[in-house]
Amino acid sequence: MVEVQHVTKRYGSLTAVDDISFRVERGEILGFLGPNGAGKTTTMRILTGYQPATDGRATVAGFDVAEQPIEAKRRTGYLPETPPLYPEMTVIEYLRFVARINGVPSGERRSQVSAAMKRTSISDMADRYCGKLSKGYRQRVGLAQAILHNPDVLILDEPTAGLDPRQIIETRQLIAELAGNHTIILSTHILPEVSQTCQRVVIINRGKVVAVDTPDNLTARLQGSQTLYLQVDTEGADPVPAIEGVAGVVTVTRADHRDGITLLVDSGRGDDIRRELARTVVANGWGLLELRPQQMSLEEIFLQLTTEDAAEDDPTAEPGVDGADETAMEAPTDG
Amino acid sequence: MGNIVALTHKELRSYFVSPIAYVLLLFFTLLFGWFYVASINLMVQLSTGQFGMGGPQVVNLNEFMIRPLFGNTAVILLFLLPMLTMRSYAEEKRSGTIELLLTSPLSDFQIIMGKFLGAMALYTLMLALTLVHIGILFWYSDPEWGPVLSGYLGLFLMGGAFISIGLAISSMTQNQIVAGVATFAVLLLLWIVNWIGDAAGGTTQAVLAYLSILEHFDDFSKGVIDTAHVTYYVSFIALGLFLTAKSMDTARWNG
Repeated sequence: MVEVQHVTKRYGSLTAVDDISFRVERGEILGFLGPNGAGKTTTMRILTGYQPATDGRATVAGFDVAEQPIEAKRRTGYLPETPPLYPEMTVIEYLRFVARINGVPSGERRSQVSAAMKRTSISDMADRYCGKLSKGYRQRVGLAQAILHNPDVLILDEPTAGLDPRQIIETRQLIAELAGNHTIILSTHILPEVSQTCQRVVIINRGKVVAVDTPDNLTARLQGSQTLYLQVDTEGADPVPAIEGVAGVVTVTRADHRDGITLLVDSGRGDDIRRELARTVVANGWGLLELRPQQMSLEEIFLQLTTEDAAEDDPTAEPGVDGADETAMEAPTDG
Repeated sequence: MGNIVALTHKELRSYFVSPIAYVLLLFFTLLFGWFYVASINLMVQLSTGQFGMGGPQVVNLNEFMIRPLFGNTAVILLFLLPMLTMRSYAEEKRSGTIELLLTSPLSDFQIIMGKFLGAMALYTLMLALTLVHIGILFWYSDPEWGPVLSGYLGLFLMGGAFISIGLAISSMTQNQIVAGVATFAVLLLLWIVNWIGDAAGGTTQAVLAYLSILEHFDDFSKGVIDTAHVTYYVSFIALGLFLTAKSMDTARWNG
């Protein structure tokens, strides 16, 4: 449905997207994961025909976005990072305008608009001015705008950014519902988001694809060593020797906290040592205050994935070489 | 075509839901009315012989009233029209709504024409309001209608040129004020460009006089429709729209 072949985008001497290739099959939800300035927005803008690529080819529903832009755009729904709303229009006026410029026949406009409003639960807001809407509703109107003309491909740039937790859950559900009829590409910089909504993940960093995999495989690859966050109340005793004694523990780092003793416990690959840890703490007569897996930050994930791959194919993909590059890259992709 | 209509309609709407349309209509009619009253006073003074030049005389309404009035209108437009076009692209770029237009199945030509025709529609309404004043003249007197019609045609074409330049400049920036000031400055330069020419003389003078945007208007207000002047304004409009298209293309590459 969507095919990206060796796409490169340069701004002057700056390379925002560097030789990216991937495919998305019909009905699939593809997650586009990367930190700010990784080239997610730029790639999406190339796919939607907003910007031309410096090099390479991208097709949407069989139409080259550079050669047949109108045909490709007709089949694409796009929600940019900031929903492109006209503040002076009411929600329904705005959606009717979008329906018109997307070539929805006049007879179907009314029903398409109300269907899109229903799906995004904004029917109550039909007569409100777009400029007066809350962030959550703006995002939904933006989403309604994207799905209005029943496009084959939906491209959503950070659809959950800036929403409150309830809205995030609702938006994810909506995206999951949409998946049957549309092929969806969504970008995010939050790892759990892709594992919850996407069937496949493209991880991108510094304009390059770092990994393409299913969320499950990715999680498995990332579980090389699992770190657990453990907080205990030992009433003064040193818990480290006892914890080190638990089978499967590789290292224990003590990071004290005013409410008790905090330990970061690393275990070997694939071992789930939580039961054993809890048992040990209780057996020693200590209070178990908290025990949870330590979430990996995106930076750690990249570090792990890139160092893992670097040895195999691409020594230049090593992260953290110079931090200046990343901040510089944010300017063109965001602006 | 349907897309251009949709875009024109959207543009026109956005003028009327913001104060812009009302402010422009109000001050344009106010200024036009002011010059109108001033020229009526002048007419009265002339025709009642208050200048003492041989007593009351028969004055030509077209020559002494309508023609200067059109000339003054051209200058008012030079000040006001940059404010009509300054936000058209700049605001869409700033707020990100340009992303909606550029990712919808629209050609650049359709987007440009939508914006141009939207602005032209509001401008036509501005001109239409002055028909009230001119109508009163026709009611109480008997001016020739030929020069009036050609004068309106001239204003229409000249305004179109102003608007197309305004669009081109607005498409080059995200800042409305920058667009407005730059448009005004460019139009002013195009007006006074022949002032230097007077001193230069020869071919230079001819070229600079030809470039001057108000110079071409004079014949229209006299009642002469010269194809040279029509061609000048039409090519000016085409140039402005072409520059807009180029600037959209450049913006696309530079992101």
